[in-house]
Amino acid sequence: MKLVKNAAGRFVPTSVNGEKQVPFKGVNKHKPIGNKVSPKISSCIDFPSDGNKVVKNLREALKKAGLKNGMTISTHHHLRNGDVVTNMLFDTIKSMGIKNIRWFPSASFPCHEHLIKYLDDGTIHHIEGSMNGPLGRYTTKGKMKGTGVLRSHGGRYQSIQDGEVKVDIAVIAAPTADPFGNATGDRGPSACGLLGFALADSQYADKVIVVTDNLIPFPCIPWQIQGNNVDHVVQVKSLGDPSKIVSGTTEVTKSPDRLLIAEYIAQFVEDAGILKDGFSFQAGAGGTTLAFALFLKEKMKAKGIKARFVRGGSTKYLVEMLEEGLTDYILDGQTFDLEGVRSMRENANHVNTSPFTSYNFHGKGNFASMLDTVVLGATEVDINFNANVVSHSDGYFASRNWRLAKLFIFKMYYSCNPII
Amino acid sequence: MNKSVTASAGKRGDKIRSDCYIEITKNNSGGIKLTLNSKVKTMYGTQIEDQIFEMCRFFNLRHANILVEDYGALPFTISARFELAIKRLDPKITCEYLPVFNKANSYKTTKDKFRRSRLYLPGNEPKFYPNAGLHKPDGIILDLEDSVAPTEKDAAQLIIRNALRAINFYGAERMVRINQLPKGLDDLEFIVPHNVHVILIPKVESAEQIIELENKVEDLKKKHKIKNDIYFMPIIESAKGVMNAYHIANASKYNCALTIGLEDYTADLGTQRTVEEKESFMARSTIVAAAKAVGIQPIDTVFSDVNDMEGLRKSTLEIKSLGFEGKGCIHPRQIKVIHEAFAPTNEEIEKAKTIVLAFDEAKQKGIGVVALGSKMIDAPVVKRAERTIKLAVQNNLLEQNWKLN
Repeated sequence: MKLVKNAAGRFVPTSVNGEKQVPFKGVNKHKPIGNKVSPKISSCIDFPSDGNKVVKNLREALKKAGLKNGMTISTHHHLRNGDVVTNMLFDTIKSMGIKNIRWFPSASFPCHEHLIKYLDDGTIHHIEGSMNGPLGRYTTKGKMKGTGVLRSHGGRYQSIQDGEVKVDIAVIAAPTADPFGNATGDRGPSACGLLGFALADSQYADKVIVVTDNLIPFPCIPWQIQGNNVDHVVQVKSLGDPSKIVSGTTEVTKSPDRLLIAEYIAQFVEDAGILKDGFSFQAGAGGTTLAFALFLKEKMKAKGIKARFVRGGSTKYLVEMLEEGLTDYILDGQTFDLEGVRSMRENANHVNTSPFTSYNFHGKGNFASMLDTVVLGATEVDINFNANVVSHSDGYFASRNWRLAKLFIFKMYYSCNPII
Repeated sequence: MNKSVTASAGKRGDKIRSDCYIEITKNNSGGIKLTLNSKVKTMYGTQIEDQIFEMCRFFNLRHANILVEDYGALPFTISARFELAIKRLDPKITCEYLPVFNKANSYKTTKDKFRRSRLYLPGNEPKFYPNAGLHKPDGIILDLEDSVAPTEKDAAQLIIRNALRAINFYGAERMVRINQLPKGLDDLEFIVPHNVHVILIPKVESAEQIIELENKVEDLKKKHKIKNDIYFMPIIESAKGVMNAYHIANASKYNCALTIGLEDYTADLGTQRTVEEKESFMARSTIVAAAKAVGIQPIDTVFSDVNDMEGLRKSTLEIKSLGFEGKGCIHPRQIKVIHEAFAPTNEEIEKAKTIVLAFDEAKQKGIGVVALGSKMIDAPVVKRAERTIKLAVQNNLLEQNWKLN
């Protein structure tokens, strides 16, 4: 493997899984020119005029989509640890005798441990996206046939639109869909909130398969995934375990040390002079960041100010702020609990967004740089504000880097894009 | 044939953190065989191994199988567990393996220091120690008594000794609650040489107990050449103790505060704690009067519902009005609430400012007697006013340099 020294002083490969890579050139030094990729031209001739794209099962859909050895198959992570669709998908791919798939998820969870046997037997060649929990350990131990490639959430969108990753078949688990392929995550027995991480896949993949356990008559209103981008719709009995798809309630930490950290952060935000009428913030759904939001809320109430917008991951705590008039909008990236899902469904000011809006560096601006304050966790931080959100201190991929990946984006895009 | 003896110390299991389990099997030959299982082995494996080998040399252990199951224990915990295992193996060993004394811990205390909040930490739970001081209680109590299982008293003695030396308390007063006397006398050698500030003495019923304790402390201070004062806080927890409160408070010049334990007291009365707390009113007021009579601080018991912050606030205001100057905490989140409740009111601050300014003026003029209006102000009044000002500054209710404005 040929290694070159990048601008951060690290030796990195110039080719990964046979694809050419651009070594990090320095902050804001990489600015590709050219056009974004575009999906193939489709024709209505190839689709039923009654709009019914339902096929018998996933196997049939994959066959129609032209599944072949070595293809790139994408999935989203909005079903979190309750997801059974991805496991079902690879069971099907295996049974079809297909090999060497590049799996391109927006994140993976402990429930995907099921896929290790397919990494072992060569059904999956490598993972590109995120590798957490058991898959993270598997990757870190070097057992994967290809090289695992980590993509941040915004970097994933960018890699699709820039053509760095071509998705052959996107399989989008949708808690509610109609036969035309319009789909939403904000309702249905497996409701997960929004489907923003599947947006790029639906726009750019060659073939798009929507899998739902709640097929309703056309039209599915509102839709988050547009049926005009969808090739096939598959109905299944269940997308997964609802209790693991969203938490009943997300809980603030009870640890006094973490509460103290949260209190310090809120105090810092106030002392830094950021806490002004019309400000904006983002806090995740971890116990500590939730506590931060609560301390911040107390300060906002005491000062009589409100936020213009709050960037989600939404939780019942942000929903309460929206409903109490402490923020005009929630711009949601993913929905973490049932209250978040309800609010998204019922409140027009609780808005769906996608990584395109916030973290995609190759866009005409992004929300992330507009936020006044962001609180996110990291497994390690140094005194020069470098943060590790990718691995534990022992080198294993962190179990929650899907959540931490946002911080990674900040570091990555403000200093080193792309990371390699 | 080799004769083997085994002893162990520490904790093991999935839920254990910041602690370790150490098992030593002594052999007649074969050298030291160390097995280390640790979740932080990648980062700290070498340091842990080095520490174990160093301790083997210190205790002259040459042939043994040593198992260390580590769950992220800090060095002060590892050494306490190892020392205990060695001493359980051979009770004749008396030498102590002392961690380096953390220079940040060499600060002293004073008899009249604020003791609004004191945070109890269970003696055999080192995981609570490193961050306790960050919550800024006035005092931290390392507890050898009720929170420690009878079989683990020896373990807690070593953990507390090591913690007093190695753990940064970030300026909190360093307190230890010893076991009930006379057993508690055996705890003293683990704390007196290591800059303990205040010794809490549980279930005190007579002045003689305090005198006996003072004598033992004095002996140990001489033996270890300790110059600074070590203060006592007797805890009254029985009807007999309440009736003897004044004599107990007056038993030693090192008494800095008198406090009460209501769980045991109500049990002694044959009744139960209620929200209204009528059953303990007489005892509380007696403690306050006994303490004030000898010029030390009356300190209230702990508030045991850690989720009821409003109840804690009310209770603290209530006991403040009875004359108490502090309250016990069993959870760090209680500290701030207690400090806020003990903060002086605006009225109290204004009055204190007037007194302090009048006193300053009298001093400048060289007048011995200070009068405010038609009232004479004596030294204790000025002292109390100065404490009120100090509290106000600590609670951000008054600028440090308020006299300039």
